[in-house]
Amino acid sequence: MPVAIIIAALVLGSIAFHVFSPWWQTPLASNWGSIDSALHITLWICAAAFVSLNLFLAYVVMRYRHRPGNRAHYEPENPRLEKRLIVWTAIGIAGMLAPGLAAWSKYVTVPKSAGIVEAVGQQWQWTFRLPGPDGVLGTAAVKYMTPDNPLGINPSDPFGRDDLLVESSELHLPVGKPVKMMLRSKDVLHDFYVPEFRAKMDLVPGISTYFWLTPTTPGRYEILCAELCGTGHHAMRGTVIVEGAKAYHQWLAQQTSFTQRLALMGPASLSTLLASANACTVPTSRGSL
Amino acid sequence: MATTIADDLRPMHHPRSWIGKYVWSQDHKVIAIQYGLTAISIGLVALVLSVLMRLQLGFPGAVPAIQPDNYLQFVSMHGMIMVVYLLTALLLGGFGNYLIPLMIGARDMVFPFVNMLSYWFYLLSVLILVTGFFVPGGPTGAGWTLYPPQAISEGTPGHQWGIVTMLVSLAVFVVAFTMGGLNYVTTVLQARTKGMTLMRMPLSVWGIFIASIMGLLAFPALFVAAIMMLLDHLAGTSFFMPAMQSMGQTTATVGGSPILFQHLFWFFGHPEVYIVALPAFGIVSDLISVHARRNIFGYRMMVWAIIIIGGLSFVVWAHHMYVSGMNPYFGFFFAVSTLVIAIPTAIKVYNWLLTLWRGDIHLRVPMLFAIGFIFTFIHGGLTGLFLGNVSVDVPLSDTFFVVAHFHMVMGVSPILVIFGAIYHWYPKITGRMWNDMLGKMHFWITFLGVYAIFLPMHYLGILGVPRRYFALGETAFIPPSVHLANQAITVAALVVFTAQSLFFINMIWSLFRGAKADPNPWGAASLEWQTPDTPPHHGNWGPHLPTVYRWAYDYNVPGAPRDFIPQDEPPS
Repeated sequence: MPVAIIIAALVLGSIAFHVFSPWWQTPLASNWGSIDSALHITLWICAAAFVSLNLFLAYVVMRYRHRPGNRAHYEPENPRLEKRLIVWTAIGIAGMLAPGLAAWSKYVTVPKSAGIVEAVGQQWQWTFRLPGPDGVLGTAAVKYMTPDNPLGINPSDPFGRDDLLVESSELHLPVGKPVKMMLRSKDVLHDFYVPEFRAKMDLVPGISTYFWLTPTTPGRYEILCAELCGTGHHAMRGTVIVEGAKAYHQWLAQQTSFTQRLALMGPASLSTLLASANACTVPTSRGSL
Repeated sequence: MATTIADDLRPMHHPRSWIGKYVWSQDHKVIAIQYGLTAISIGLVALVLSVLMRLQLGFPGAVPAIQPDNYLQFVSMHGMIMVVYLLTALLLGGFGNYLIPLMIGARDMVFPFVNMLSYWFYLLSVLILVTGFFVPGGPTGAGWTLYPPQAISEGTPGHQWGIVTMLVSLAVFVVAFTMGGLNYVTTVLQARTKGMTLMRMPLSVWGIFIASIMGLLAFPALFVAAIMMLLDHLAGTSFFMPAMQSMGQTTATVGGSPILFQHLFWFFGHPEVYIVALPAFGIVSDLISVHARRNIFGYRMMVWAIIIIGGLSFVVWAHHMYVSGMNPYFGFFFAVSTLVIAIPTAIKVYNWLLTLWRGDIHLRVPMLFAIGFIFTFIHGGLTGLFLGNVSVDVPLSDTFFVVAHFHMVMGVSPILVIFGAIYHWYPKITGRMWNDMLGKMHFWITFLGVYAIFLPMHYLGILGVPRRYFALGETAFIPPSVHLANQAITVAALVVFTAQSLFFINMIWSLFRGAKADPNPWGAASLEWQTPDTPPHHGNWGPHLPTVYRWAYDYNVPGAPRDFIPQDEPPS
């Protein structure tokens, strides 16, 4: 009897915990309401299964606990019951899988109108690059990385000349505009994670990865690293500021382009950089594996 | 009764000395106990590490000796020890060794010498693992997943030597497992006694059998990954190392793929989850059936579910990699395969519940653990659907939701089964009974305690609290109440940690002072309870092997005089 009561109490306690706990998703600040809906549908279906199965467990433990003279019922199988259970389970699974896959198909389909922002991770900080007026990021590779060209932009690629370098951990995004986040790591794995955006993706050295989102709520959000990247993993933070078009363009105007950066370089470092560019031309990988 | 080749006792290795009997033993029962004690010992190290982690998370700075490096080392070693060196070794090396020959009516494993070697290689792997704590730089802090490049790059604790001991230890473990696994599979296929058809085997044997086959197919992926990373680290190859920088310096590596390692790791790592789960599924089925005095419900479906889960578990691995940067279109396939696997898994849950339904449930300690398992497994299984459901995984991956999920489903659940199984078979293994009161206290504190630990973690994960963080620091979206939750979780963890002493006191005290056990105290029908001696002697069955006439689940058969019919009882 106590066993059944405790099992039932745990079920009710879990429901109460769900209802009264102060911890739930942060307010959504992107277009990924479809991810939240898929999560909620999954939760409701799973909660129904959790409650009914465990209450049934509590019931059978109480009803069929040993008392003198009891005998168990001998019944090796009941194919009809088993088939019914399989069908109901399959329906439940399909019910949560459909919205999950639907949201995923949006997640992997970047809108053509999306602007491009590159986030570059290194132990243990974030920097960013914007494509500039031409809308195209110049190629970049580890071999071009010098203290004066920390993002490794290819100096002989014309598309890279107008790229804007954001050499701080603070990124600004315009509200309501879809943006494709191109992700690149200089050293180990990292993961670009803003809880309020719901979206995240690993940064993988050697390849370029991506995801997209549309920021919907102006505000200041923290960027965390969500893939273990060493001792300073917990301290690898950045900031995203989502703001209106006017404020965004003001911020944009303050950023340095790669051309401006090259102009500031001394002749010695410039020749090092150009030498690295002439050494050999291996195209950097695009897309992901 | 006709004698068979298996009845010929002459080829058996009969030890004469104490050392031959208890140290260099070829007896599956002694090897099982060696495996079990070694696994539990190293498991205690992992348990202490988890307490240290919880102290840091609940009371940051309270133990000044815990620095970010140590914390990551605790995380990594705790994870790897629990998954590989405790759970896999205890369930397959321990229970597999003890139960297979006794349950199928064999005198021993078919390759007793290889079986002995398997244990000694396992012990060697554990010793190499432990040396990681003493090498310069300490053990690896790359997480139990050991992802390159960080595992062998500057900035990760133990990237010089700790990772080497870890990888070598894993390679040796795979060698040990291969010797054991070949034995378990061959013994089940070749050494079953007369009448013991495959479809009469207890589900414990089915679970261990399929898990061993899976291990033989999955562990090689880990083995090659370990060797390749060792080469990357020591010989300068670039299997997993792309052109990259390390602490601002460009490395000599070029062209390797970090994601290749993740595929190899999870091609091992996901089947590994079921390598741990299937023996637990099998064992818990037997505990439930015996103590509910009822035939397991839907035996054939249970067997097929084990086989189907085993097969499907090889095509779901990339659900660990939805946000890894692999081709995102893989997500569609792996989400479907992952959620499909929930169907045979759900069947198992239904059939456990339906075995209890209309049963005659004796709430003895092993049954309490089995009921606890059903509860935690339902919880952990269902949260797996969130993480398998691809887009839902995106916000949850790498948060405490993941930590909570896998601890419920493959930490707490199999460990509850292991405890239940130890209580269940202890009278056969030692010939003594344990103390019921201590057993019940152990169960209730452990069961309620772990739920108090892991339930709130799910909600911290939904909020977005990331895992593998030494400290949360000042983070805008994390309210102060989260720190309160972390404190409460740590207190619960300390209680559960302390309560495990009840188990050890009970087991050790009972070994010397426990009441003498009846040969079949639970009235179980399976063969291991029908041995002529308790504990069974070397060779298990005396002069003649038992003959099997029925399945292992004849409980409360209408018209039968007793409420169970042993498998070796001829039809009247």
